[in-house]
Amino acid sequence: MHNFDGKKYIYVLAITSMIFFTAVFLSNYFNEKKIAQVREIADKIAIDILSSETQYALLQESSCRDVSNSVLSKELNSLAEKLSYTEESFGKSDGEILSLKQYYSLLQIKDYLLSKRIAEKCGLKSTSVIYIYSNEGDCPDCEKEGYVLTYLQETYPELRVYSFDYHLDLSVIKTLLSVYNIKGELPAIVINEHVYYGFKDKVELESLLPKKLKKK
Amino acid sequence: MESVPTALVYILVFISLYFEVFLLLTFLEKRKAIKREESGLMSLAGYPSVTIIVPCFNEEKTLAKTVNSLLSLNYPKNKLSITIVDDGSTDKTWEVAKLFENKNGIRLSRKKNGGKHTALNYALAQTKTELVGCLDADSFVEKDTLTKIVKYFEDKEVMAVTPAIKVHNPRKILELVQNAEYNLGIFFRKMLGAIDAIQVTPGPFSIFRKKVFDDLGPYREAHNTEDLEMAFRMHESHYKIVNSHKAFVTTTAPATLKGLYGQRLRWVHGFLENSIDYRHLFLNPKYGNFGMFMLPAAVFSVLSVLYLVGYTIVNIGMYISDKILEIRMLGVVNSFSVDLFFINTGALTFLFIAMALISFFMIIAGKRIAEDMKRTHADIAYFFLLYGFIVPLWLFMAVYNTVLSRKISWR
Repeated sequence: MHNFDGKKYIYVLAITSMIFFTAVFLSNYFNEKKIAQVREIADKIAIDILSSETQYALLQESSCRDVSNSVLSKELNSLAEKLSYTEESFGKSDGEILSLKQYYSLLQIKDYLLSKRIAEKCGLKSTSVIYIYSNEGDCPDCEKEGYVLTYLQETYPELRVYSFDYHLDLSVIKTLLSVYNIKGELPAIVINEHVYYGFKDKVELESLLPKKLKKK
Repeated sequence: MESVPTALVYILVFISLYFEVFLLLTFLEKRKAIKREESGLMSLAGYPSVTIIVPCFNEEKTLAKTVNSLLSLNYPKNKLSITIVDDGSTDKTWEVAKLFENKNGIRLSRKKNGGKHTALNYALAQTKTELVGCLDADSFVEKDTLTKIVKYFEDKEVMAVTPAIKVHNPRKILELVQNAEYNLGIFFRKMLGAIDAIQVTPGPFSIFRKKVFDDLGPYREAHNTEDLEMAFRMHESHYKIVNSHKAFVTTTAPATLKGLYGQRLRWVHGFLENSIDYRHLFLNPKYGNFGMFMLPAAVFSVLSVLYLVGYTIVNIGMYISDKILEIRMLGVVNSFSVDLFFINTGALTFLFIAMALISFFMIIAGKRIAEDMKRTHADIAYFFLLYGFIVPLWLFMAVYNTVLSRKISWR
């Protein structure tokens, strides 16, 4: 006759559950580390911007030569990349990710305003692009546009691309949308105060950028 | 919240992990008893009479080596009978068999082709010895293999003993992949033997008490997997099957993907069909670990591999389509980031690592049992790199054929 030891099945279940939850625990541990890293970058950018703003306040007493682009945070791209990865990995509805995304959007706007003021003060042409996208499935061309803008950003190091999620619940973004009178048609791109709707390939976008932008 | 397809992956991985842990725990539980078994394998209380049937169909290349290996067995010649049954070969198999006529009591039979089970039954009908077994004509035994098997029959409850099957002289990559797989099989079979749940009495040198056939009847066609069906039938009647892990048999593994595909398609399809025929054994505690563990685990493995492969293909497909889009947009591909940040640290990654480590441990344990530690361990590397890609080939087709109840030809 066959023997059946039910206890063993329960022990195995306990051990399997232990391994399973250890994997979940390890995953949470590393994911929290990643979020902490993203927050750290965001904090660093906040300090960079504060420092730039302070420097701008001192502009009266200094020359434009001293306020080069280098004072503006160079880490926004890295933050964007990592934030987008974590959003994809942990899900769009993760509270921590959502709050980081809001933080990132605010930092971008601050950076945008500051660079605009510096450009005006020093008589430079704006080298900023505002990109409004959505990843809620209502913008089939947004993924393609994202690739084009990443390419442009890599090709023209001086170009600053600020991307905003159309659906992000943040009053500043709503204000930004109303300033440029941007409706639901996406993707929307603002270059030199002019709004362009729909997908623009790299040739079209390059033709809209200031001619003086240097390639890498 | 995870999507439903991903949540299903977690469930499948949990159950697969459960099966691995079950075998691992069995190993830890039984390892001392297994070690003790090894010490007295060569001292038999007596030598029961044994008949070995060699069914062959177009085996002119390997038959002589197979028979010679049987003639070299360290077993009293007056207790060992060898019957070669040529199942209507169309090559020179019969000429090769004739070379052994009247040599050490070897008996030859020739019949019209009817499939392996008919060749076995043909010889079984004339068998009068206490024990009887089969050796496929592409497999070879070592000198002490039979003694190490017969030892287990000293336990009156044991009705059949399976050997440890190794790949004969693996050289090509595909043979090396199978070498690691067979080593894993050696581990599995020993563990399954320890919990009375062996699911197959393989053609290469499984030995039975003649009583098994007298009680349960001869081999059946059984969807071209008569060795599998016999094990199912024995479990149904609560006949005990054990494994002699040090009784080595080497078998010629298919050297081409086409050959391997044909063989495995037959095995998996046969397993699924027999599982349907014997579905009353499933999840039935009356049949012990065979009904509660072995059968559900095997069927589940087939289905979960199919799902996981499908899931992976969809994900790879999405990745490739993203890359194509990127190339179409920009004409260049971004270089891969080396930042550790982008390493996937999802729970599934850790679970797959845990499962791979357990599999690795099992292969090493199998290699140690098979005394295969001196060989290069490249077979393990090939196994992990390639096995996952080739298994779905026959799994998909086997499930497809089972669903449509198609027939698979024996050769």
